[in-house]
Amino acid sequence: MSELHAQTVAYVRDTMLPQAAPPMRQSGVVLWLRQNLFSGPLNTILTLLGLAVVWFLVSHFWPWFSHSVWNASSMAECRQIIAERWGEGATGGCFAVIRERWNQFLFGFFPPSEYWRPTAAFGLMFFAIAPVLFTESRGLRWTVMAVAAVLTFAFCVLLGAPPRVLAVLAAALVGLTALNEYAHRGALVFSLLFPFLAVWLLWGGSAWGPACVLAGFVVGFAVWRVLARFGLFAVAAGVLAAAGWWMFASGTVAGVLQGVLPVALPQVESRAFGGFVLAITIGVAGIVMSLPLGIILALARRSDMPVVKAFAVMFIEFIRGVPLITLLFVASLLLNYFLPPGTNFDIILRVIIMVTLFAAAYMAEVIRGGLAALPVGQYEAADALGLDYWKAQRLIILPQALKISIPGIVGTFIGLFKDTTLVTFVGLFDPLKQMADTIRATFAWKGAYWEPYIFTGAIFFILCFSMSRYSMYLEQRLKRDHR
Amino acid sequence: MKTTVFLGTVAAAALIGGMAAADTLADVKARGVLNCGVNTGLVGFAAPDANGNWSGFDIAVCKAVAAAVLGDASKVKYIPTTGQTRFTALASGEVDVLARNSTWTFQRDTDLKLDFVGVNYFDGQGFMVRKDLGVTSAKELDGATICIQTGTSTELNLADYFKHNNMTYQPVNIDSNAEGEQQYMAGACDAYTTDASGLAATRAAFADPENHIILPEIISKEPLGPAVRHGDNNWGDVVRWTLYALIAAEEYGVTSANLEELAKSSTNPEVQRLLGASDDYGKMLGLDKDWAKRAIAASGNYGEIFAATIGEQTPIGLARGLNAQWTQGGLMYAMPFR
Repeated sequence: MSELHAQTVAYVRDTMLPQAAPPMRQSGVVLWLRQNLFSGPLNTILTLLGLAVVWFLVSHFWPWFSHSVWNASSMAECRQIIAERWGEGATGGCFAVIRERWNQFLFGFFPPSEYWRPTAAFGLMFFAIAPVLFTESRGLRWTVMAVAAVLTFAFCVLLGAPPRVLAVLAAALVGLTALNEYAHRGALVFSLLFPFLAVWLLWGGSAWGPACVLAGFVVGFAVWRVLARFGLFAVAAGVLAAAGWWMFASGTVAGVLQGVLPVALPQVESRAFGGFVLAITIGVAGIVMSLPLGIILALARRSDMPVVKAFAVMFIEFIRGVPLITLLFVASLLLNYFLPPGTNFDIILRVIIMVTLFAAAYMAEVIRGGLAALPVGQYEAADALGLDYWKAQRLIILPQALKISIPGIVGTFIGLFKDTTLVTFVGLFDPLKQMADTIRATFAWKGAYWEPYIFTGAIFFILCFSMSRYSMYLEQRLKRDHR
Repeated sequence: MKTTVFLGTVAAAALIGGMAAADTLADVKARGVLNCGVNTGLVGFAAPDANGNWSGFDIAVCKAVAAAVLGDASKVKYIPTTGQTRFTALASGEVDVLARNSTWTFQRDTDLKLDFVGVNYFDGQGFMVRKDLGVTSAKELDGATICIQTGTSTELNLADYFKHNNMTYQPVNIDSNAEGEQQYMAGACDAYTTDASGLAATRAAFADPENHIILPEIISKEPLGPAVRHGDNNWGDVVRWTLYALIAAEEYGVTSANLEELAKSSTNPEVQRLLGASDDYGKMLGLDKDWAKRAIAASGNYGEIFAATIGEQTPIGLARGLNAQWTQGGLMYAMPFR
């Protein structure tokens, strides 16, 4: 049959043609565009609309931005430079205001010679959170610590920290990196100590003050440890001992120690805080304290004990029912009337407490959502294993519930951080509005409207976006279920 | 650390009760620093520079009081207050004196329990419009859109004025001066209204001041002055007569330059009393002899302060107007030092 065929057909192809490239519209950029941007009439219209919006924004914004001036001493000079360079009638940004006043946007009225202190505190914070947040990826932990160490040191040098401080700081940075690598538990101890170190660095004064407050916790813990077999009584005794230490002994001991071995930084008043130092101080303190408080409130709200549950419900619903600004006004104004005259109850401390309570109420509901999402079998399994309530929560329930709640928790954190700008209403210098308004009160910078917003907005974006990216990383890392 | 301080203070304060706050002068002397409530930032009146040093017309009052009481014009802690927090800050004792361009009104004097010790700037509310609007009088603003800062007395004045003149207007509410300028520049409103001093500063900062005019009508009285707490008359006297010392010094030609010389050689008995060359008036205030000398030395007399912070030589360029001495046709009138 085949022979016959061979004779009847004049030509038989014996090699295959090379594969042709797919048609233009089926490959590469064109395909991507077709699939993603122009896949139907509706999407085509939306794409074109989107492009029009982008074009509109860029065409309006770009000339202004590209004409910006960084070197000038006043708005008038900026305008003059822009007119000279781009012709009469051209508009441009006057970012010289940022160049001239960047320190106030970042540090508020912190004494310039002490700028290194908040910087060091911010840098050291990464060493405190590294052993908690980056436990499983050695590479990432190293990167975070190395970048933090180098930048902290570099900025402290640039900001004119005294040589003695730089030496201590360098030793601390290297030591902490080593600690993280070789003694994980030691690194965790530093995480616990860090809040006291940060308070000392930020507010200054005698180092023995925060140290003695810290000693109160040790005293309380020691008493509890000694009496541990008496159960609840031991807890009460521990709390009492700590309270007694703080009320009667702490101040005196700190004074004596300061006399023996003076370790002190120049004191900085809360009024001097402003700009991002203020926002980050309030934000970080609020974030760190609202999470545990929120967990406790969430557990309390799901508790079987009616009093505990009622208290938690009342607290959460009350706080969530009131705007944050109201709470801030209470902190700054109303408390002034209730407290005896002359009482010096630190304004930043008051604001931190209010912000923490506010965030904790939201946090509690977010975590309660996580708790509710757990199948009841998990609770029953914990009971079946014979775990008591706290062990069950700690080992079985919370790890799962918190994992589920991560997006909500980080969302609350980001919201809290951005809410710190509301302190402007109680006369504190938040970076977004109050600091900018104050800088505009100098005649030279009157009229610099958008530039400070853009600058602060950019910094807020960087900080919030980093938090958001971390949350996504965390979700990826904890993805261990069987989906 | 904070807790112990707090608890300790609560205990101590509970014992002493209200007594501690009644003698502000003694408190200030004991503290060694004057807590002065100031604006968070108002061009010419109070603004910090890049190093956080405050200066301005209101700041000069703080400095003068500190110089008179503590002997050092730099011993002032400036406590920035907002429109909402200023009076509570004073009432709660957070500040000793409020030098924050606050209008002396009936309600504030009586209901809010403040004592205004005098007036350091006679202001009044005005309007600014674009020249090409063709308006030359506030009476022609019927139906105009007006940018107005909410929650201020200017808002109420505006409503009163338009109602009184049978006119209507469309308010564009703004939150701060900076926002108001922005809205006005963007054409969101025909007119911008605030205190005349603020309008002058705003106009001077524009890229094209010649295209904007400030209408001649002043629709309200805004006597701005330092305030103290009701009930501590001695402290009120100190602040009041420090302010008068500055004003009187201008009247008698005492400046920061010729101060020492006049203290020795002046033949004018009033100047002698003012500068402590003859009688010891400081003692009656609970201060020493040279109190007024130091107050004037701090930033000069009233005229010098005006010229250096908001006067015609500064970019803000305010004329003395109502704030000239009474001998020059103004309202600045220090009570006699006798």
